[in-house]
Amino acid sequence: MADSKKRVPMNHVIGFILSLVMTLVAAWAAIQSNLPVTWVIIGIMILALLQAGVQLFMFMHVTEASSGNGHVPWNMMFHGFALAGILVAGSLFVMSFGHDHGDNGDMGDNQQHEEQQSEDHSGH
Amino acid sequence: MAAEELKTGPLEYRTQEGQMTIMGFWIFLGAEVVLFATLFATYAVLFGRTADAPTPGELFEPGIVLVMTFLLLTSSFTCGLAIHEMRRGSVKGLILWMIITLALGLGFLGFEIFEFVHYTHEGATVQSAAFWSAFFILAGTHGLHVTLGVGWATLLLIQIKKRGLTNVTSRKFFIISLYWHFLDVIWIFIFTSVYLIGMVI
Repeated sequence: MADSKKRVPMNHVIGFILSLVMTLVAAWAAIQSNLPVTWVIIGIMILALLQAGVQLFMFMHVTEASSGNGHVPWNMMFHGFALAGILVAGSLFVMSFGHDHGDNGDMGDNQQHEEQQSEDHSGH
Repeated sequence: MAAEELKTGPLEYRTQEGQMTIMGFWIFLGAEVVLFATLFATYAVLFGRTADAPTPGELFEPGIVLVMTFLLLTSSFTCGLAIHEMRRGSVKGLILWMIITLALGLGFLGFEIFEFVHYTHEGATVQSAAFWSAFFILAGTHGLHVTLGVGWATLLLIQIKKRGLTNVTSRKFFIISLYWHFLDVIWIFIFTSVYLIGMVI
């Protein structure tokens, strides 16, 4: 590994600066900016994913040739991240839209409906 | 199996045992991703269910969360430097950067405990609302991982003092560096999806 001879590991320094900058940009977007909320949420989630990438590729040696590249079980990591996405997005989807029983009406009606239902259930 | 030992490459990868152990740890990290995913899903679903307790928008303070984030990001960087020093064969450099990493980790924990105590005083406890249960379990599980990491690395520092840099000790330090960077990855998502979004909405 030619890189290990160097006094200062440049990829680590670059990764560190990148993660600091992305943190500050995300914090600015959320706290200071007047951007629409949806945009802010999409933007900062993308920044978080990029930061995770910085950690994985610049700090965690996942693409290191000298370690043979074969010692990171990519399928396992992919499995983990895919499950994470399904769990979070799926739960949100089900809990936000799942209790609509097809009867028309706005959110307020739905909530009332839900409350009635839960009362019915607790009555049994 | 242990007879094969490569002459080149990083010390921790030279034996097959080292290679397999590191791969096994990656599998463990994959499982950790799923563990945190369930907690994130619970949090996302219970978002806004604060009942009579304060809302996250009222309690979350940008300053303290940013300090915590910078402490953890810096510790991830110094942890990377520690492994870099280890691969240059410098035990002294490894120990020095690892101690700095642990100090930053302890600083992070201190702020987190302060934050939790503050929230509890403001009436946001595990019992007070579904939202706060989910919050404390998610952030608390991460904090517990950091605490475990600090204890683990402290024991490894004692071990390397006694045994020096070998195939085994270098592998152990490499694995804890993976663990530490992973904690930073999880924190980035807590910072973004819990604190920042909690302050936006």
